[in-house]
Amino acid sequence: MQKKQKNSSRRDFLKKIPVVAAGTVAMASCSPEEWDDFLQQSFRTLSKEEKDAIIKNLEKKYTEKYGKPFTVSAEPATEGILFGYALDLSRCVGCRRCVYACVDENNQSRDPQVHWIQVLQMDKIKGIDLAHADVHYNPETVPEEGHFYMPVACQQCRNPQCTTVCPTKATYQDEDGIVVVDYDWCIGCRYCMAACPYGARHFNWGEPSIPEEDVNPATHYLGNRPRPKGVVEKCTFCIQRVRKGKYPACVEICPTGSRKFGNLLDPNSEIRYILENKRVLVFKEELNTQPKFYYFFGV
Amino acid sequence: MMKKCKRKPLLIAFLHFSTVLLLLYGCNSNATHESDFMSPNIARGGYTQQGDMAIAAPPFNEEGIFPCSDCHAEEVTNPQRRKLVDMHEDISEMFDHDSENRWCLDCHNADDRDYLRLASGKLLSFKESQKLCGQCHGDKYRDWKVGVHGKRTGDWNGKKQYLLCVHCHNPHSPHFKPIKPMPPPVRQKDIY
Repeated sequence: MQKKQKNSSRRDFLKKIPVVAAGTVAMASCSPEEWDDFLQQSFRTLSKEEKDAIIKNLEKKYTEKYGKPFTVSAEPATEGILFGYALDLSRCVGCRRCVYACVDENNQSRDPQVHWIQVLQMDKIKGIDLAHADVHYNPETVPEEGHFYMPVACQQCRNPQCTTVCPTKATYQDEDGIVVVDYDWCIGCRYCMAACPYGARHFNWGEPSIPEEDVNPATHYLGNRPRPKGVVEKCTFCIQRVRKGKYPACVEICPTGSRKFGNLLDPNSEIRYILENKRVLVFKEELNTQPKFYYFFGV
Repeated sequence: MMKKCKRKPLLIAFLHFSTVLLLLYGCNSNATHESDFMSPNIARGGYTQQGDMAIAAPPFNEEGIFPCSDCHAEEVTNPQRRKLVDMHEDISEMFDHDSENRWCLDCHNADDRDYLRLASGKLLSFKESQKLCGQCHGDKYRDWKVGVHGKRTGDWNGKKQYLLCVHCHNPHSPHFKPIKPMPPPVRQKDIY
C-alpha cells in the first residue's frame, strides 16, 4: 500500500514537469507591460496614481496603433446627477442614423459588425410585439405605412441583471446610473448577455477592426476606448460625452428630434418634463429591471 | 437686432455640430430623399441668440431667395387671393398647409415682404418664424420651447442650439418627408 502511494507521487511529479515548463516558457515570452496588464486590479479599486499610469500607457498604445493622438478619460460620476433618456415613439422614423452615429462615436468594430442600437420595426396593428419585430427592414424610404419604430439599446436599468450575474464584477452601475464595463476585468463569459432581457450587450467574437481614419480618439476608459477581442461591450450613454456635459451622439444626430437626454434629479430638465407631462412607458416593465430609458408619445 | 454668437463653448459646439452634419451628408450624398435639415446649409447661417435660446438661422439655401424685397419692393401688391402662376409656381404646386383656407399673405406681410405677419398684425423677422407657427400649433410650440418637440444639440446641462420649425418642416408643406434609411445590420447567417 505504502509503496503504491510512493509510485503514484513520483508519477504525479513527472506529470507536472511539462506543465511547469510550459508555464515558464509562457511567462518568459510575456513583456513586463503584458504582465502588468495581466495582474491589473479592477478599475474601481485603483488609486489615482495607478489609474494615471495605466491611462498613460493606454494612450501611448492607442496613439501608436491608430497613428493619431488619443485621450483616455477617467472622468468620474458627478454627485447629484442621475442620467435618464427618453425616446419619442411617435416621431422616430426608423432611419438608423443613430445606429451609425453611435458606431462612429463609440469605436464599435466595423467587421465583425457590432451595433449597440437595434431599431425594431413593428406593426402598428400589433403594438410592441417582439415576435413580429424586424431589424432588417430596408425599404427605399422610411417610415413605412402601418409601421412604427422602436430603437433599443441598453436601458440603463436601476436594477440591472447583467451586473448581478457578472462573476468578476467587471460590469457595474456607476454613481450617475450608467452601467459600465471594465474591459480589462471582463473575462468574456457572456453571462451578462444571457441575463440582459434587451439584447443590449455585444460580444467581440473577433478582433475588432476600425479603419484608422474613422477611429474616434476622444475616449473614456469605461466607454469608447478600443476594445480587445473577447470582451463584452454596451451603450454607456456616450459616457465620454455626457460626463463632459454634451448630449450623446445619437441625440445629436437624430433628424426627427426623437431622442431626449438629461438629469433625472434636475426638476427643470427636459427629461423630467417628459416624465411629468407625457405618456411614458418602460420596456418589459414586468421584469422589474427599472430602466432609466423611457419611451414616450410626444403627440 | 440679432447678433451672431461668438462665445467659445457655443462656437465649439457649433463646429462639432456642423462637422457631424457634414459627415452625415458625406455618407449619404447619393441619397435621393435627404431633407434640407440634414444638409450643411443649415450651419451656414450660424445661430442667433433669442433670449437664452441659440436658434439656427432660417434655412434659405438658394441664391437670391432672400431678401424678398429684392423683387417685391418694385412690385405692386395684389391682395386678391389667387393661385400664383407667373412666379413661385413651385410653392403653389406643393402648397399643402390648410390650402383650402389660406394663402401667401396670411403669413407673409404684404407691405414689406421681408417680414412675416402674425394674425394680430405684428411683424416678425424670418429668424423668429417659430412664433408664427406657434400661433396655431401652440402645444407644439410649448413642447419645442422646453426641448421636447424638435431637435436640440449642445450641452444637456448648459447651452443648447435649437432648430427652427422650418428646418424640419417645409412651411408650405409641413408633413415630415420620408427619408432613406441607412443599411440594416448584417444578418448572422451572412457573417460566415
